[in-house]
Amino acid sequence: MTTTAKPRRRVKYHWRAHTLLLVILVVMIYPIVWLVGASFKPENQIFTTVNPLPFGFTIANYVNGWTATGTSFTVYLSNSLTISACVVVGNLVSCSLAAYAFARLDFAFRRTWFALMLGTMMLPFQATLIPQYSIFYELNWINTFLPLVVPHLLAYDAFFIFLMVQFIRGIPRELDEAAALDGAGHVRVFVSVILPLMKPALITTTILTFIWTFNDFLRQLVYLSDNTRYTAPLGLNSFVDRASGSSYGGMLAMSVVTLVPTVAVFLISQKRLVEGMATTGLK
Amino acid sequence: MSENAGVAVLEPPATAPGAPAPARKRKRHKHNRAGYAFLAPWLIGIFGLTLIPMLYSLYLSLTKFNLLTDPQWTGLDNYARLLSDERYLQSIKVTLLYVVTSVPLKLAAALLVAVALNRGLKALGFYRATFYLPSLLGASVAVSVMWRQIFSRDGLLNDFLALFGIRGADWIGDPRYALWTLVLLSAWQFGTPMLIFLAGLKQLPQDLYEAAELDGAGRFRVFFSITLPLLSPMVFFNLVLETINAFQTFTPAYVVSGGLGGPIDSTLLYTLYLYFRGFGSMQMGYASAMAWVLFAVIGAFTALYFWSARRWVNYTD
Repeated sequence: MTTTAKPRRRVKYHWRAHTLLLVILVVMIYPIVWLVGASFKPENQIFTTVNPLPFGFTIANYVNGWTATGTSFTVYLSNSLTISACVVVGNLVSCSLAAYAFARLDFAFRRTWFALMLGTMMLPFQATLIPQYSIFYELNWINTFLPLVVPHLLAYDAFFIFLMVQFIRGIPRELDEAAALDGAGHVRVFVSVILPLMKPALITTTILTFIWTFNDFLRQLVYLSDNTRYTAPLGLNSFVDRASGSSYGGMLAMSVVTLVPTVAVFLISQKRLVEGMATTGLK
Repeated sequence: MSENAGVAVLEPPATAPGAPAPARKRKRHKHNRAGYAFLAPWLIGIFGLTLIPMLYSLYLSLTKFNLLTDPQWTGLDNYARLLSDERYLQSIKVTLLYVVTSVPLKLAAALLVAVALNRGLKALGFYRATFYLPSLLGASVAVSVMWRQIFSRDGLLNDFLALFGIRGADWIGDPRYALWTLVLLSAWQFGTPMLIFLAGLKQLPQDLYEAAELDGAGRFRVFFSITLPLLSPMVFFNLVLETINAFQTFTPAYVVSGGLGGPIDSTLLYTLYLYFRGFGSMQMGYASAMAWVLFAVIGAFTALYFWSARRWVNYTD
């Protein structure tokens, strides 16, 4: 990429850049490696060594931690996955509908609505936390998954609308026009032309929605109070609340467990995700 | 659909200069029905989940409200009480300190790594993905739990320091240091701004760099005279975004401090205190007033950034 006249200097340059980057990388990633290692150590070894490798490998922490909070992590994880799956579907459908309208249709006050939509991206969520809570309270939705899911059926995440609008704008208009000439209405154009072409944006939305929902905490903390409705982050948090010191091993093991879905999704999709983030951030 | 083909959403509709006004008006919106049909879910959401709740919250902020009984009008009482609430003032102090330290630190780390990465390195994809990973994990309870174990009295950091014979402090138990562990946790998640910087760096015109090299400019000179000014729109974008995010931080403060904001309120971030008031002691009117003040503060910061942008953000295109 850089045009350098002297090849020898260039090699040295890279060597230094690599050294700097590797040092930063090791410092950053070490805690995660240590966490994973510690989760397999016997309880009495966890805090005695910086060595991430467990001597006397054991899965006792996982076995004990899985049920230590009174409800099994199976329940927490399946609650988290249920909520995340619903939110993913909701975001895909509602945000793509809104994005199609903003990017392709010409209707009254479109620019006003669009500006409002952009504005909500800057809105701190605290501004609506309390009134939303009292509305959901009146609806008798507290301690159900509904407050965590229903907003996403209504295109609540403006970020994804924006991401999709940007993507649809990049699709040549000739394609929808050709379909329209063949007699396709807006629904047909949307379903058979736009949606298939915006697959990359839909995948980015799926990945980010899943990760963000799975790791969300404050909303779940506020809305879910019954232990059997708890999500994985809430289940993990009850380790922290519970007299600390009781089971560090179990807590660390369950931390690893709740990180696994995010890391797995990341590993499968990292290339697309990284590129998606880089380009949406720019616009 | 055919005639408006070239009209992008943010641009005004292109109209022929000589076209008669009434005819234009009639033709202007061709898809009113379809447009509002597609937009319907979002419209319900924007009113039901954002606009009406915000007005309701403004009303609640002028009342005493505990969810179980009807709100009682108290006028500006909540706002007046904020001014004499010691814990509230402490939370403002903590939050401002957190924002003005964590945001620059995070952006500096992002910029440093992005510049180091932008050399056409072979392992770019690997580095980029690995540096980005903490941004994805960062907001989770699990990472906050991990952070708590690293910085506790007998945690990983102190074990490491002990190798050199240094006795580390009780980082999260000592009010002098506790907030800084959160600042570090925020800086650890520099991946997202790094990706944005990296994308920006790729678009910089190479001829400027060649000219600078011919003139014999050193690397620092090149960075401060060419790279940074050209990158200023991205710095601005990241600054706005990360500031807004930093003001809303909740999870790390809650988990690292064991759900208390301690020791002695040294990590009592704004949102944490809002949560205590609104959902701990059910003072929802008071918490609504807090939310509106936060909204105003974030608005003021954003306005300040946009106002100052004229002086330092370089818009070439």
